[in-house]
Amino acid sequence: MSDESIKELTPPFAKGGAGGISLTAVQPEQLRVPSRKLEEAHGRRIRLLSSFVFISPLLAAFVALFLGAYGVTPLQVLHIMANAFSGIDSPEAAIVLDIRLPRIILAGLVGMSLSTSGATLQAVLRNPLVDPFILGISAGAAFGCAISIGFLPGMSLQVMAFAFGGLAVLMACTMARSGGEISRLSLVLSGVIVSALFTALLSIIKFLVDPMKLQSIVYWLMGSFALADWPQVRSAGIGIILGCLPVFLLRWRLNVISMGDEEARTLGVNVSRKRIIFIASATLAVTSAVAVSGIIGWIGLMVPHLVRMLAGPDHRRLIPLTMAGGAAFMICADTAARNLTAADVPVGIITALAGAPFFIYLMKRGGAESWGK
Amino acid sequence: MIRVEGLTFRHPHTAEPVVRDISFAVPEGRLAVLLGPNGSGKTTLFKCMAGLWSPEAGRILFDGNDIADITHRDRARLLAVVPQEHTPPFPYSVMEAVLMGRAPHVGLYAAPSAADEDAAWTALCAVGVSHLAERPYTRISGGERQLVLIARALAQEAPLLLLDEPTSHLDFRNQHMVLETVRRVAAEKGLTVLMTLHDPNLTAFFAHQVVMLKGGAIVANGEPATVLTEENLGHLYNIGIGIVADAERRLIYPRLT
Repeated sequence: MSDESIKELTPPFAKGGAGGISLTAVQPEQLRVPSRKLEEAHGRRIRLLSSFVFISPLLAAFVALFLGAYGVTPLQVLHIMANAFSGIDSPEAAIVLDIRLPRIILAGLVGMSLSTSGATLQAVLRNPLVDPFILGISAGAAFGCAISIGFLPGMSLQVMAFAFGGLAVLMACTMARSGGEISRLSLVLSGVIVSALFTALLSIIKFLVDPMKLQSIVYWLMGSFALADWPQVRSAGIGIILGCLPVFLLRWRLNVISMGDEEARTLGVNVSRKRIIFIASATLAVTSAVAVSGIIGWIGLMVPHLVRMLAGPDHRRLIPLTMAGGAAFMICADTAARNLTAADVPVGIITALAGAPFFIYLMKRGGAESWGK
Repeated sequence: MIRVEGLTFRHPHTAEPVVRDISFAVPEGRLAVLLGPNGSGKTTLFKCMAGLWSPEAGRILFDGNDIADITHRDRARLLAVVPQEHTPPFPYSVMEAVLMGRAPHVGLYAAPSAADEDAAWTALCAVGVSHLAERPYTRISGGERQLVLIARALAQEAPLLLLDEPTSHLDFRNQHMVLETVRRVAAEKGLTVLMTLHDPNLTAFFAHQVVMLKGGAIVANGEPATVLTEENLGHLYNIGIGIVADAERRLIYPRLT
């Protein structure tokens, strides 16, 4: 050690107060300019990309409106949309306004709900590897819906989906908890168990119901927007928006909660109450989506991670971007589902084909420590 | 000033309390250190004071108010806690991590305002780590992370600062640098500080007051010069202790035979 560094080390032993070990001096000009400086540094790049993500659902929707088995040109689409309320009576108008538009809006809503819930659950459970599908919420909701379709035609699908989706998430979290801590791996495993359980129960129902109902359950389960219409948009839209709104409003608190229970508590956040609000909201959004679209997996895992790669982990940006990105992603996936083959392939198959390799990639990268900027 | 009165804590389903009838006070603007061997009840006492665990008996008073009677949010405005090493699941930037210290001041449905960002930035500057603002919090060194956590605690603008073994994962230089920073900012802002430490020498250098804890009870409490004696430390750690002293410094070392 050089003489100088020894000299640097001595004073604090002897006298109190400032001095001693060299600390970066506080420059007066550093004390001004914080927010503006940060905005600049965060960069035009992120802002540009973010703006693109925000308008992407509209772009995707526009393209999706003129793609399909029945040829409609972009110009016709513009014309039909401009006169949507004056009522043109043509086959093109009927296809665009009554078939494609509700389907696109529903896909957008469902994509938004699944990815927003994914981001929320990842933060609240401090686990980058979870999403509603992996935790078994989707399977629980599907079971609830199947009961309703098969045996209780009077019960609302939305209510049954929420009840059993909530039960599923409760079971997964309770199973994974030991000594007040939830480990990442055991949570994923509990989700697998809960999914397996509800899938088995679902099979029993499929076995018991009459063949007519069986067919509609099976088709709906594969995850598809083929039957979308305006009433579905309305019934799912209410639950999805009610579920996403609290998450959007409280999104900054997700940063604090993701630091862990004790820390969030010492930072003044009522963790137990907030966690219930977040998980219940995420569950409501997901189960409302499942009730109209069946099980569509992996979106809740992929979209938040893609957004984190793009704009960092701060939930103030992450949540709005995930909402827009999820909507755009699902509209694209559904458009692909309708157009890739002559038949209308269930969109759940497309997202699973993309999602499974993505999950493996995340695991290999260590999941947690990914996506620093 | 913070005062602990007759504090007793017992884990559920256990017979023996971890800490028993502990009373002491730290006057305003002083830096106090809790010193004691592993299992002495330091962590328990610390968690009780941070409001994380509820004591079975006794009170913790801050300026005459019992901290058990107030909400997490109000408590976070009174006392800021610097936790031990930890890793968040997502690589937040240092600035975002420090902004979390503003949580008790931000409205329920609001996000941090420009004024909150200013406060966080001022805290980063006060600790001297503003150059790290944009870096991912998960990819800075242990010493830097400790300083960032101290900045986060300062951003809370609480008059009382609790630090849980702030030096435990740090190298020799960083131990001194972190404690020197704590002492400097505490003096600048008139904070009352309570921390747990493992090193009697660091305690001797930085503390105004030492509270010695053994087997869940206080064995000594007072100024370092009077409390950190061969006899007290020998009793505390159950080993022979030697002290070399000259006009400026005292160096405590273990005398193992």
